[in-house]
Amino acid sequence: MGGVVAVQDGAVIKRVVILGGGTGGTLSANRLRRLFPVDEVEIVVVDQNDDHVYQPGLLFVPFGLAHGDEIIRPRHRQLHKGVEFREVPIERVDLESDRVHFEDGTVIGYDVLVVASGSRLVEDETEGLTGPGWKEKVFTFYDPAGAAALHDALEAFDGGRVVVNVVDLPIKCPVAPLEFCFLADWYFHQRGIRHRVQLTYVTPLDGAFTKPVASRRLAGLLEEKDVALVTEFNTGEVDGAGGRLVSYDEREIGFDLAVVVPLHGGATYVARSPGLGDELGFVAVDKHTLQSVARPNMFAIGDAAGVPTSKAGSVTHFEGEVLVENVRRFLDGQPLDASYDGHANCFVETGFGKALLIDFNYDTEPLPGHFPSSVGLPLLKESRINHLGKLMFQSLYWHSLLPGRDLPGVGSAMPTRGKDTAAVR
Amino acid sequence: MPTATYAGTTVTVDDEGFFEDPSQWTEAMAPEIARAEGIDELTEPHWQVIKFMRSEYAQKGTGPTVRVLGKTSGVSVKELYQLFPKGPAKVAAKIAGIPKPRGCI
Repeated sequence: MGGVVAVQDGAVIKRVVILGGGTGGTLSANRLRRLFPVDEVEIVVVDQNDDHVYQPGLLFVPFGLAHGDEIIRPRHRQLHKGVEFREVPIERVDLESDRVHFEDGTVIGYDVLVVASGSRLVEDETEGLTGPGWKEKVFTFYDPAGAAALHDALEAFDGGRVVVNVVDLPIKCPVAPLEFCFLADWYFHQRGIRHRVQLTYVTPLDGAFTKPVASRRLAGLLEEKDVALVTEFNTGEVDGAGGRLVSYDEREIGFDLAVVVPLHGGATYVARSPGLGDELGFVAVDKHTLQSVARPNMFAIGDAAGVPTSKAGSVTHFEGEVLVENVRRFLDGQPLDASYDGHANCFVETGFGKALLIDFNYDTEPLPGHFPSSVGLPLLKESRINHLGKLMFQSLYWHSLLPGRDLPGVGSAMPTRGKDTAAVR
Repeated sequence: MPTATYAGTTVTVDDEGFFEDPSQWTEAMAPEIARAEGIDELTEPHWQVIKFMRSEYAQKGTGPTVRVLGKTSGVSVKELYQLFPKGPAKVAAKIAGIPKPRGCI
C-alpha cells in the first residue's frame, strides 16, 4: 500500500489525499478531520495555488457589485488544524501504485484519493475565441481576471449589441449566463441607456434551460426583460475582429460586445493520468456513492465528478456529506452509502433586487412551490427574499459550508414537501 | 407509444422519432431513417459515426454529445456538421436507432 505512512502503537495511520482546495476539497477535508483522530488518518490537501475564489461572486464583478479581492481568500486558511496543505501543481496520478506525482518531482502515496480539482476553462478549443478582440470585445466572467476586464468594458459601453453565449455544456453554474442577462438588463437601465442596448442570449440548448418547467419560466423572464433568445446555436467560431458568432451550421450573430462562457474540461493532470478521467477530463463515479468506477479507493466530488447534475457549489455541498461518510465506510471495510440523489439548489439573480430559487435532483426537475417546505422560500418565482438569501449565502459559504457545518434546514437529500408536482405538464 | 415502420418492420419510437429499444434496429433501416432526415445517401463516414454512436450507447447508456463525438469518433466537429447538417448528436442518434442523447444540466 503506497499510503501507509507510519505505525504508532501498533496502529497503521492511513492517508487521505485530496486533490484540489476549492469548495469540495475544503469541506471534505474539514469534515474528515472532525471524523477521524489525527493518529488514525492523515489528511493532505493539494492545490496549484493558494487562491480560493468564491465563484458565485464572479457574476457580480462585471456590474461593479463585487470586487475581485472581496471574493478571494487563502485556501490554507479555510482548512482546519491538522489538515496539511501543499501548494504544488500535480503532474499525474498513478492509479496502479496509488501515488500522486507532482511537478516538482515529489511523490505522495495514498490509501484514499479524493479528486476535487474542479473544472477548467478551455477557451482555445473554440476557434477564434482567444484571437483578435479577446478581452477587447470578447469576454468571459468565469474567472476573476475576465470578470474584472468585463467590468471595465461595460463601464465604457454606451450602446449596441451585447450577446451572451454558452458554447456548450457542461459548464459551471448553468444558470449564471441567464443571470448575467437579467443583471445586464438592470445595469443598463440604471445607466439610462437600456434603450440603446440590444441583449441576446445564445444557447446550444433547445430552450432557455435544460428542464421544461424552469425553461419556460426563464424564457418568460427573458422575454419580459426584452432579451432575445437564440436556441440550438452550436458556436463553431468567435470572430472578435468581425464581431460575429458563427455556428457550425453556418448561422451568424453580430455583436459589439460578446460575453462567452467557454467550454469546460477537467484539470489538466487528469488527461495525463491513464484511467483517471473521461474524454473531457471529468472523473467517472457512481452517481449515488461518488466512488470511482475505476478504483474502489478513489472518489470524486464537485465539478471534477462526471455525474449527471449541475456543476454547482450547492451540488458539491450536498455531495460532501455522502462522500465523507463513504470514505469512512471504505476505510472501515463497510458497504457504501448510495444516498446522493443529485440534489442541486440555486438562487437565480433576476435583477432589480430580486432572485428566484430552483431546487432539483436526478429525478425531479425544478418545480414551483416553496423550499424547504410549504412555509419556506418561494421556488421558481421572483422575490426580494431570494435575492437577500443569495447575498447572505457568501457569509454562510466561508463560515459554515467550508468548515463542514450543516446548514440549518438544508439537508443533503432534496425535500419534496412544498413542491408543486402538478406543474409538470 | 408511437411506432414507425422501417425496412418493413414496426419499431417503437418516442414523440420525436428516437428509438425506444435499440435492439429493434437493423442496418437495413438506417438509409430510410436518414432520408427522412434529409440525408439521401449514407457514405462511409456516416456509417463510421453511426457505428460509433451505437457502441457508445452500449457502453455508457447514452449517446455522446457533439463535442465528445468530435474528440473520440475520429471525425471532427466541422465534418460532423457536414455529414449531419441538422445536428450530429441528435440526427446520428436517430439514424443509429438509439434514444435521444441526454443533455447535460
